[in-house]
Amino acid sequence: MAPEESSGTETPQLETVAVAFVRSLRSAGLDVPLGSTLVFVNALAEVDATSRAQLYWAGRATLVRRSEDVPVYDREFAHFWDGLATPDRAQVDRVKLEVAVEDPEADADQPPVPDTEEARPRQTLVVRASPVEVLRHKDFAQCSDEELHETRRLMDDLRLAGALRRSRRLQPVRHQRSPGTRPDVRATVRRSVRAGGEAVVPSRRGPSERPRNLVLLLDVSGSMDPYARELVRFAHAAVATRRRRRIEAFALGTRLTRLTRALSSRDPDEAMAAAAQAALDWSGGTRLGEALRTFNDLWGVRGLARGAVVVILSDGWDRGDPDELAEQMARLRRVARRVVWVNPLKASDGYAPLARGMAAALPFVDDFVEGHSLAALEELAAVVGNA
Amino acid sequence: MPIDSVDHVRAGLAEHDYLADEGLATAVFLALRLHRPLLLEGEAGVGKTELANVLAAWTGGELVRLQCYEGIDIAQAVYEWDYARQLLHVRTLEAAHRLGEDVEDELYSERFLVRRPLLRAISDAGDGQRPPVLLIDEVDRADDEFEAFLLEILADYAVTVPELGTFRATTPPIVVITSNRTRDVHDALKRRCLYHWVEHPDFEREVAIVRLRAPDASERLARHVAAAAAAIRQLGLYKPPGVAETIDWAEALAVLGRDELDEASFSATLGTVVKYREDQERVRREGIGVLAAEALRGA
Repeated sequence: MAPEESSGTETPQLETVAVAFVRSLRSAGLDVPLGSTLVFVNALAEVDATSRAQLYWAGRATLVRRSEDVPVYDREFAHFWDGLATPDRAQVDRVKLEVAVEDPEADADQPPVPDTEEARPRQTLVVRASPVEVLRHKDFAQCSDEELHETRRLMDDLRLAGALRRSRRLQPVRHQRSPGTRPDVRATVRRSVRAGGEAVVPSRRGPSERPRNLVLLLDVSGSMDPYARELVRFAHAAVATRRRRRIEAFALGTRLTRLTRALSSRDPDEAMAAAAQAALDWSGGTRLGEALRTFNDLWGVRGLARGAVVVILSDGWDRGDPDELAEQMARLRRVARRVVWVNPLKASDGYAPLARGMAAALPFVDDFVEGHSLAALEELAAVVGNA
Repeated sequence: MPIDSVDHVRAGLAEHDYLADEGLATAVFLALRLHRPLLLEGEAGVGKTELANVLAAWTGGELVRLQCYEGIDIAQAVYEWDYARQLLHVRTLEAAHRLGEDVEDELYSERFLVRRPLLRAISDAGDGQRPPVLLIDEVDRADDEFEAFLLEILADYAVTVPELGTFRATTPPIVVITSNRTRDVHDALKRRCLYHWVEHPDFEREVAIVRLRAPDASERLARHVAAAAAAIRQLGLYKPPGVAETIDWAEALAVLGRDELDEASFSATLGTVVKYREDQERVRREGIGVLAAEALRGA
């Protein structure tokens, strides 16, 4: 085979090139551990590296570990080996999310205004001791920076209690006659050894309970701007403190972005920055139906949403097709245990779900709750816990 | 059997009626050559599990299958002591007044060890020449704690039973892990593995697969069925049909004596490809006549 013959001169060079390729993948955001690079180099020695297809697949099998990463790999592969430009990367300007929130008073009343990064006059803040009770009920959109800061501190204390479901996992049970238990020979023997070899009291194992999955779908479109950051913060509080419970967060914008990884960092500010990096369509338009379809296809129906509590945080302003949204909501409803829709606008006086998207989705929602203030989020935590 | 190229793998799998595309064949080739586990993800019914079956048939190694589920633990995956027999043994010795010092060693000997799939794959399956094929199916169904354990075994193909010592594989098994992605498999496990996302086959490949797997279906019928399945996959169903369903469908139509896909037979056999009521409604709403006509054109 070709690589065998030329290995004397070719291989060292190939290694260097391979490492350079891995570096370009890393700079494009792919997480490639050193170990994988080594495997990749070994793989190149095995395949016919002069064949483009084998080169491509050897890299894909060794360097990519998630199907979401395949497009990035494809782009970098084309860029690196074929010397093509990377149009996608040039086009998408990474929207940097500033963690510090501007004073949003200006657009509190007219939701669908995309944020123009003009320097709004900053209010001079009077430092005062915020009475927690007032703050808890204050609309995020009307909070000053200082108050938001305080709110976030309170939010970090928020814990999501888990609704339970029955698990297949068995655990030792105390009450011998409870239904659904089976004999536990291992424990019985252990016990009888202690009793000197007499199998006196049989031990049993029975079903246990474990927390249901919780899925948070966050609308990060322009109209949600005054709330999105606080809601992401809420998602972070949930994700970072999950223990045995599985909690996943996604951003719904013009497309779907998984935020769970980004939000896993303990440090809230770091997590927020990572989330902003991950979701490129921050403050863009919304196509709720399409994003939800992607979620259903790739994650939800496959199992993530099965028997789970799904929380959608959105104002329901949608530029997409309402029929599509209704259809995807119906699909979601069929697999999820409970669908909760959190709408920050619900608290506004005289609010009626007129937004087309909201109206289309409402028939498939189990709980429709407010999400404009800390108190509302606490209520949400309670709803989720009782689902 | 020395395996020397990607094409060799592809031909070998094809001998056993499995048509792999270049990507999958390369991944399998590398897994065999680099002795790494192969992690396959993809939609249900694209042939992930089947690949392991065929690999075993091709290489001649024994297939050892571990089906994962929630709550699976060491006792079900690796080994367990046969407590009932141990107890019986002690009682027998007792009755014969032969209960000596060495009874414990006797109780914890291989005689009372129940080997579960993982231990079998690294201890006694295979004959030294042909490594066994270990299929760890639907690993995403197991708890993530189980993965950590799996990682340990896959790192050096050894299992330690405290009472007996360490079992080490003389020839490491060929490991195929599948996941339906109901959750993310842990990164550490992924790092050990080669990764391949199995796609639905393209049209020509699907036709070829149907021809191989449903030999009673005519070429014409196979093309119609593959085209219709591709059209159905575009509808965004709850559960789009996989290759397995396409094969079943072609077989069903062949049994009914059909040579082509018309509206009536499409409707009558819809249950073999689309298996949810809502999905069936969706397909009917789209119009079976339309889909059938589209399939005829596409084929």
